[in-house]
Amino acid sequence: MSLKRVLGATTALTLCSAAAFAQDTTITIATVNNGDMIRMQGYTDQFTEETGIGVEWVTLEENVLRQRVTQDIATGGGQFDVMTIGTYEVPIWANQEWLAPLDDLPEDYNVDDLLPAVREALSVDGTLYAAPFYGESAMIMYRTDLAEEAGIDMPDSPTWSEVMSAAEAMTDKENDIYGICLRGKPGWGENMAFLTAMANSYGARWFDMDWKAQFDSEDWTATLNDYLTMMNEYGPPGASSNGFNENLSLFQQGRCGMWIDATVAAGFVTDPDESTVADSVGFAQFPNKEGVDNHGNWLWAWSLAVPASSDDTDAAKQFVAWATSQEYTQLVAEDEGWRAAPPGTRTSLYENEEYQEAAPFAEMTLESMNAVDTQAPSVQEIPYTGAQFVAIPEFQGIGTAVGQQFSAALAGQVDAETALSNAQTSTQREIDRAGYGEN
Amino acid sequence: MARAVSNQRKAINTAVAWIIALLIFFPILWTILTSFKTEAEAIADPPSFLFFNWTLDNYTTVQARSDYFGHFWNSVVISVGSTILGLIIAIPSAWAMAFVPGKQTKNVLMWMLSTKMLPPVGVLVPIYLIFRDVGLLDTRFGLVIVLMLINLPIIIWMLYSYFREIPGEILEAARMDGAGLRSEILYVLTPMAVPGIASTLLLNIILAWNEAFWTLTLTAANSAPLTAFIASYSSPEGLFYAKLSAASTMAIAPILIMGWFSQKQLVRGLTFGAVK
Repeated sequence: MSLKRVLGATTALTLCSAAAFAQDTTITIATVNNGDMIRMQGYTDQFTEETGIGVEWVTLEENVLRQRVTQDIATGGGQFDVMTIGTYEVPIWANQEWLAPLDDLPEDYNVDDLLPAVREALSVDGTLYAAPFYGESAMIMYRTDLAEEAGIDMPDSPTWSEVMSAAEAMTDKENDIYGICLRGKPGWGENMAFLTAMANSYGARWFDMDWKAQFDSEDWTATLNDYLTMMNEYGPPGASSNGFNENLSLFQQGRCGMWIDATVAAGFVTDPDESTVADSVGFAQFPNKEGVDNHGNWLWAWSLAVPASSDDTDAAKQFVAWATSQEYTQLVAEDEGWRAAPPGTRTSLYENEEYQEAAPFAEMTLESMNAVDTQAPSVQEIPYTGAQFVAIPEFQGIGTAVGQQFSAALAGQVDAETALSNAQTSTQREIDRAGYGEN
Repeated sequence: MARAVSNQRKAINTAVAWIIALLIFFPILWTILTSFKTEAEAIADPPSFLFFNWTLDNYTTVQARSDYFGHFWNSVVISVGSTILGLIIAIPSAWAMAFVPGKQTKNVLMWMLSTKMLPPVGVLVPIYLIFRDVGLLDTRFGLVIVLMLINLPIIIWMLYSYFREIPGEILEAARMDGAGLRSEILYVLTPMAVPGIASTLLLNIILAWNEAFWTLTLTAANSAPLTAFIASYSSPEGLFYAKLSAASTMAIAPILIMGWFSQKQLVRGLTFGAVK
């Protein structure tokens, strides 16, 4: 009798402690406030149910998040078990050995299903360091009704001169309709994301093989001049303070003929609840200059990475695998429809007929993403990798300084020549100071 | 006739005061109005001022998505805690500086103020490392300490200028009557300086409530106050202005209401001694 009791008590205790242990594991995830991320937060209860791992969220605005997680990972603070970072940070942080490699993902994760461009952007020497949650490239979104009115037949893959003449034809300033809306707000991730992509498609490069800045080249001059011409003649007023959100708002209000920006915008501008032009949006590939085989090479993937300083690497990896899996996509699709599935990460999503039907922008998104080569974003020889950015730690500072020059040129405070020469000087100074090109 | 002119002037003054007040209040009013709009109406051009479909959806969404009361409670603990801790340290030090100044008192006061001249980001890394090593990251206690240190110069300066207005003779008289240092500060000085202490308290609670650098950088999931709650609704890709406005309204409402009820105290405290 007493032995039975002892056994019973032991079993009960063991069970209790096992249960307590299961609930004790809680991971903290830092993320951005984007639609897909917020949606994921809604499904975390299911993850907790399946695995017994609790999840706490820290949601922050993108710039705050970047500062917050960089500071934590650089000092080994260990505040976060999963961090939401982009294609810019992953190679830099992986080289610093700040991230835990994701080389032991479960077999059913199907890592080969990830879009090749995205997988490559998130890998260093063939090892994956972050799993993509959603990805984007850039493309043209245009108003099919305005194009028709103006008698334009937009090709699937237009050149910059075709885009310029389309912008001219669609502009109707008296009715507040502007042929083209582009980013002008200064910042490495704002106007310089667009202008770097545009420069790529003009055959320009940030640096030559000796790390000499190239703003004094003809390609950059042509890029900036054409950008300024387009924006001054066919763009909306006050464009030097327009970023993604401002242009999104203008486009949704029917003020823009064309908008060239991240593919993720397609979901917003075709949403009838938000957009007044939802049923008349067409898509085309990011333009290139005649004779230059490059469509900007814009690639961004908000990805989940596990910092090496995390106390709970295993639980964190389990979450990363769950949130970026095919099952998760299926879960969202079943619950909210295929349109809500996180885009731009997996080939299987684009092969799914239901998704193709629900998302009219699917084909162009996939085409844009597949056209990207992050190892060679420029057609010229370059010493760096990247996309609409240069993947070096100094780029945030350099890019923002150059962005301020170009934004000032757009606002008419300096001319294009001065802006380029200032950009050249400041970039070269910073890159020399950082010691690039010395060996 | 003279009376008519003065009435007219009075009316003009009142009108000007109202216009200025409305101009200052307008951004807050606009935030509150936007929080009752749909996302599409929030960005509508031209914007509608009052005639839109009023909705509470944003508030329910925000409430469902975030733990408002958790953040609210953190804000209360951090702002009230840091202010009270600051007052406990500042009252004796302001007393010393006001009534028994030494040769270096002026310099010490200036030196304390100079700590406010350094941009906080300049000491971010050392503080972060110290916090990491002593395990204060993402704790309310850590934030209470940091915000207290940040606001301490202001608290001391404010109290110092209030105390200086109090005639030293009264304290002397108390001493003559046999009051010790503790009784002098506690039973004579403090009651006389209540308006000053109250306005210092209120102002510092407001400053600590709105502090958005340290409260964002030193917190994660456990101790994040309402500033982090607002920051979680700002998005670089996507227009969530209505939800952001609802979150902002919820975050500023408590402090706005507190300020409203205590405005007399605040104004009195801030202008204390200004007319001498």
